[in-house]
Amino acid sequence: MDKVFPSIEEAIKDIPEGASVGFPGFFSCGNPVFLTRALAKQGTKNLTLVVMQLGVGNEEINELIQNGQVKKAVCNYPFYRSASKKSVFEQLLIAGNVECELYPMGTFAEKLRAAGAGIPAFYTPTGVGTYVAEGKEVRVFDGRECLLEKALKIDYGFIHAWKADHMGNLVFRKTSRNYNPDIARAARVAIVEAEEVVETGELDPDMVHLPSVYVKRVVKVGKPKIRIGID
Amino acid sequence: MANGKKFEGVARELIALRIANEIPDGSYANLGIGIPTLVSNWIEGRDIVLEAEIGMLNCGPLAFGDDIDQDLINASCQPITEMPGSCYFCSSESFAMIRGGFMDYAVMGALQVAENGDYAGWNIPSSGRGKIGNIGGSMDLAVGARNVFIAMEHVTVTGEPKLLKSCTYPLTAKKCVKKVFTNLSVIDVTPQGFVLREVAPGLTAEDVQSVTEAKLIIAEDLKEMAL
Repeated sequence: MDKVFPSIEEAIKDIPEGASVGFPGFFSCGNPVFLTRALAKQGTKNLTLVVMQLGVGNEEINELIQNGQVKKAVCNYPFYRSASKKSVFEQLLIAGNVECELYPMGTFAEKLRAAGAGIPAFYTPTGVGTYVAEGKEVRVFDGRECLLEKALKIDYGFIHAWKADHMGNLVFRKTSRNYNPDIARAARVAIVEAEEVVETGELDPDMVHLPSVYVKRVVKVGKPKIRIGID
Repeated sequence: MANGKKFEGVARELIALRIANEIPDGSYANLGIGIPTLVSNWIEGRDIVLEAEIGMLNCGPLAFGDDIDQDLINASCQPITEMPGSCYFCSSESFAMIRGGFMDYAVMGALQVAENGDYAGWNIPSSGRGKIGNIGGSMDLAVGARNVFIAMEHVTVTGEPKLLKSCTYPLTAKKCVKKVFTNLSVIDVTPQGFVLREVAPGLTAEDVQSVTEAKLIIAEDLKEMAL
């Protein structure tokens, strides 16, 4: 089995208008920067972004937003840290030109995990009695109130891996792993940009972080240049 | 309360030191942004494992110069280092261990803390951001950690009290705070309300009460802050 595509453009060209796309990355770390830039260039519109933060350390996302390609974001950290500086996303949100669905970080991650594991919904104690509980079913387990949260399936997942083999087994590097495995599992089509692509059989099977079954496409990209830091 | 900022108390670094003294060796802990991050400056050589919600256990000190690796940052987006025993994992696993009760301590900043242990820390209504804000991992840490410590200034920059009968800002979590460490005091949250355990050097219980909206129960063995 060989999932390697010749180019990023080829790997993303079937993404239709209105698709939901998941972007891993925790601030500046582990973002699929090459795939994101290619999607901005492709210009696909009406996208729903599933992503931790909107342009906070992951400036490539701002290109999609600036281009008017984004209809909605599902996230947990939508704004710059300081309220005095407004991101492109925040400006559009205030103007009513984009929607925002907000979850606590752990609930966000578990919604992705659940989607990949075939669990349609789960109960969590996180968020009880807060803004995120509005409109959600509350049930008591062992004397503790919990919220019903649903799995978050996505159409396409953009994944940044350190190493991939041709079959799609992945290895991540340090804290750039973050949401990458969770987004890959939640996506119907996980597309991987890998800094290095090796022959199938070269990765130590005991050291594979994400099994190939979750991966549909692989593209070799090299090491991205990252500016560490957030506003 | 108009003149609420009348006491200086101890520096932020010393609030962090006081908290470090409260976390026993053998603990797993998660430190939030702000004063909580400073706790890491006081635990070098201690047997305390720091977790970062980005997906790392046993976080090392900040990295500088050639040691900076773009693939290795903490949850505040600062470059950090590995230590013997460090390991990495994905986000869902990171929050499984947080929600699952494996964090002995979570130290977080707060905008307001109520006497029943509620706290608010993610959304200032006057910021103009409406009901949307940066929740991040705070709600999960608040319900998941075995001990939730709050580290904050005792009053706001304009001198308004932050230790209240009930929170007026959007909550992070209900009834979760165990202890509050401020520049003026160390306070336990108990079923009876706030118990004032320690005061900053030079202050009295009356001083601390004068900048606290909620009623403070004065501990029988009230002490000067143990630094």
